[in-house]
Amino acid sequence: MEKIFEVRNLFYQVGETKILKDINLEIEQGKYLTVVGPSGSGKSTFMRILASMISATTGEVLFHGKDIATFEPTKYRQKVSYAFQQPTLFGKTVRDNLAFPFEVRKQEFDESKVIKYLEMVNLNQTYIDKSVNDVSGGEKQRIALLRNLLFQPEVLITDEVTAGLDTENKAIVHKMLNEFNQRGLTILRVTHDETEIANATDKITIKDGVLQNV
Amino acid sequence: MSNLTVSNSTLALGFSLVLVALVIGYVEKLRIDKDIIIGVIRAIVQLSIVGYVLKFVIKANDNWLTLACFVIIVLNASWNAAKRGNGIPKAFQSSLLAIFVGTTITLTTLVLTGSIKFVPAQIVPVTGMIASNIMVAIGLCYRNMKQTYTDRHQQVLEKLALGADIKLASLDILRDSIKSGMQPTIDSIKTLGLVSLPGMMSGLIFAGVDPVKAIKYQIMVTFMLLASTSIGSIISCYLGYKQFFNDRKQLRDE
Repeated sequence: MEKIFEVRNLFYQVGETKILKDINLEIEQGKYLTVVGPSGSGKSTFMRILASMISATTGEVLFHGKDIATFEPTKYRQKVSYAFQQPTLFGKTVRDNLAFPFEVRKQEFDESKVIKYLEMVNLNQTYIDKSVNDVSGGEKQRIALLRNLLFQPEVLITDEVTAGLDTENKAIVHKMLNEFNQRGLTILRVTHDETEIANATDKITIKDGVLQNV
Repeated sequence: MSNLTVSNSTLALGFSLVLVALVIGYVEKLRIDKDIIIGVIRAIVQLSIVGYVLKFVIKANDNWLTLACFVIIVLNASWNAAKRGNGIPKAFQSSLLAIFVGTTITLTTLVLTGSIKFVPAQIVPVTGMIASNIMVAIGLCYRNMKQTYTDRHQQVLEKLALGADIKLASLDILRDSIKSGMQPTIDSIKTLGLVSLPGMMSGLIFAGVDPVKAIKYQIMVTFMLLASTSIGSIISCYLGYKQFFNDRKQLRDE
């Protein structure tokens, strides 16, 4: 398998505080990698660096063998998409949110495609015109994930996206992510969920900013 | 001009109105007496100096001197607007460009259309009116921008994470900020004549000019302020929002 990410001697610090210390890691394309570790250990910071939301203090991150700093940031983030733990929905309706990825790519809104994706996460087409204030927490997270996946990226980074969701919503999210992973999407998942950790086949642990086992 | 009866002695008597403010501040324990006294002294000193400078400039009737006044007003307004953008990098440069362009376009239009003449007695006060209005508009734009980037921090991050360019990620903030700069001018236009008889018009009526003629000047001032605050708000916001991001299109405070 081709390496999608190669991380070399990566450090990240804020002022004098070292958040990440000498991270070295290779991630193969198509993996479903679970990132675990105590709160505040630097997992999210590492993921944000991989998503180019922040830049490493020193060290290199290669994406398909090329330094991520050489990519145009918006094009890169369309390939490496980051999903947040507590997403906010934009605008007034669900449509405003699902139209956003089309707007980013300067494309016409494709309603039939959107309906197909909504059904994938057990939401019917009436949701398109629902107010963002009328959707539950679980539905909100599913809609937010669709924003990331409507145009399939190469990598999806999920930062505790199932935290706070009930069993039913978690199952829907897991099913959707598994399907996308089988279609070739590389997934990097930060989680504290014991079941998710127990079921993970590929795992890395970050503790006190140090990668523990590769 | 015989209507104008303000003399040094009437001004001194008028000072009793300042005492009203001081007494209120003292009774209500507002601790603003020092600010009031400094403010009043500054106003008296600054206006006295400006009065004598204007007298000299108007009498000299020299184009270069008029332009020098224009530059001084624009620089001062930019410096003050930039103070309100404290924390936004290059706030002075953005304000300078916005105020310079806004003032120049508006003044040039007024001169070319024959609304005002290129003489110091008209150019200097009109420049002051335009620049100060743009300065206030920019201050409001900056304040709104700083506040909304804080309030909508998560939303901007999510839009960036979805691959949006910084402009698309900031579009709502940009629109709200431009609007916040223009809104006071639009609001004041709506109440013109009903609530306020603005400075220009009041000044002319005081000086004995026919109120109908004074109104024409006020309408011209209204057009001028609307155009200049729009230009100033748009330029400062479009230059300002970029300063919230670094060259990797990441939010700076991340």
